[in-house]
Amino acid sequence: MRDDSPVRTRLLLWRPFAFTALLLLFWEAGVRYQPSHLLPGPLGVAGGIVDLVRHGLLLKYVVASLFRVTWGFALAVATAVPLGLAIGWYRRAEMAINPILQILRPISPLAWIPIAILWFGVGDLAAVFLIFVGSFFPLMLTAINAVQSVPAVYVDAGRNFGLSPAALMYRVLYPAVVPRLIVGLRITLGIAWLVVVAAEMIAVSSGLGFLIVDARNAGNRYDLVVAGMLIIGIIGLLLDLGMRSLEKVKSFRWGYSED
Amino acid sequence: MPQTQAAIRPAALKTKLAMDRVSMVFERDGKRTEVLNNISLDVGDGEFVCLLGPSGCGKSTLLNAMAGFLAPTGGAITVDGEVVRKPDPRRIFVFQERGVFPWLTVEGNIGFGLAKLSKGEREQRIAHYVKMVGLQGFEKAYPEELSGGMKQRVEVARALAVNPDMLLLDEPFGALDSITRLTMRGELLRIWEAERKTIIFVTHDIDEAVQLADRVVVLSARPATIQQTVNIDIAHPRDMSSPRYLELRDGIFKQIGLAHRI
Repeated sequence: MRDDSPVRTRLLLWRPFAFTALLLLFWEAGVRYQPSHLLPGPLGVAGGIVDLVRHGLLLKYVVASLFRVTWGFALAVATAVPLGLAIGWYRRAEMAINPILQILRPISPLAWIPIAILWFGVGDLAAVFLIFVGSFFPLMLTAINAVQSVPAVYVDAGRNFGLSPAALMYRVLYPAVVPRLIVGLRITLGIAWLVVVAAEMIAVSSGLGFLIVDARNAGNRYDLVVAGMLIIGIIGLLLDLGMRSLEKVKSFRWGYSED
Repeated sequence: MPQTQAAIRPAALKTKLAMDRVSMVFERDGKRTEVLNNISLDVGDGEFVCLLGPSGCGKSTLLNAMAGFLAPTGGAITVDGEVVRKPDPRRIFVFQERGVFPWLTVEGNIGFGLAKLSKGEREQRIAHYVKMVGLQGFEKAYPEELSGGMKQRVEVARALAVNPDMLLLDEPFGALDSITRLTMRGELLRIWEAERKTIIFVTHDIDEAVQLADRVVVLSARPATIQQTVNIDIAHPRDMSSPRYLELRDGIFKQIGLAHRI
């Protein structure tokens, strides 16, 4: 028999927290029982975070990383989405460009690091460029795909009501692709966040990726390494939650339900 | 007995749409498919014509050509004496299903073709057609919150709102359950009697055609030709058990080659 009493519901709500606390407990116990240097314990990591806050580094590095992601991602959105929409609309353009895209797409953004440094030197621009490259191809493919999967009835209906090509674009095509675009944006922002960490390990001297490499190089501060990893994870989660909230907008929501 | 002449219709109606030896041939991967073969048909102003034929016979293709979505490969289609070359808001196509825009509310859909009107006029027009199709209270609802029948009503209202001369309906009630379908037929007739648009209605349902149309045009299997034209000389509301109704319906059943005993 099912028990839907409020007490039980509240217990269910706490279950993930309880489980996490249990894991942390085991982790701490394990580190104390066998004090090797393989991994800092959770208390050590917490101490690391406190250290970072105290030195004013946490906020500074988080802002530095977010700054690069914002620019690289925004530039990619501003170029790849309109381009992809246009290419998807004109089938001939798509046929011409597709082979190049298919070759460029599987190249890891990290493979661009030497070129990024050659073109932009060590610094913010190189990191922004890497994030741009890493976001550009997935976004463009999403946009191409989104246009091509717009049902013909919508376009026909739009033309039937006498819309000009421009009006057809913003009153039919654009709203019709938005749900797919949002999914693509969300996935790509995740990629951008992965890329920024890697880029910062090599191309710059600030940010969360730099923090991780620097903490190891300058004195094997593994508590700071794991603290950095944890913060990267939390911010990644927040970014994803932010994008997900877009999917709940009513006029977009139709694209997410199986009708 | 059913009439078999193509040109018979009430003499008072002036010709709205004329098809003159329309043919359509699709070529794909070097394969030629003949879809329409030499179709000539005149439709009068304000007339309700059903195109009836088996699935895949090309009746939707014919309707798409009338709308201007497809150009016939032979012959010509004229509306008010003007050759049809592209879609036009004066003749609105109502799709089989899912023709409403899911990103717009009921109001937004019905007002879609009214961008050129002033705000006040637009709102008035929307309210009028919301009422006509009985969707009061759902103005702010999105299509995903509506039933299939309600969505089709939105689409009909969206079409009527731009005040077209003609409605081209492509099996509009095909995806609905049989009870909703009957209700919708009644509503379509009520609207047609109020607004007197020329209606061309594609269906594969013999009963539907005989219930609705002034004239039923029976198409053959592909390539479609006009097999027979039947005038339905029964006044609305039609009694579906009257001898004349059954006679006309059975005539079409026979013409299509179906015995109605299973």
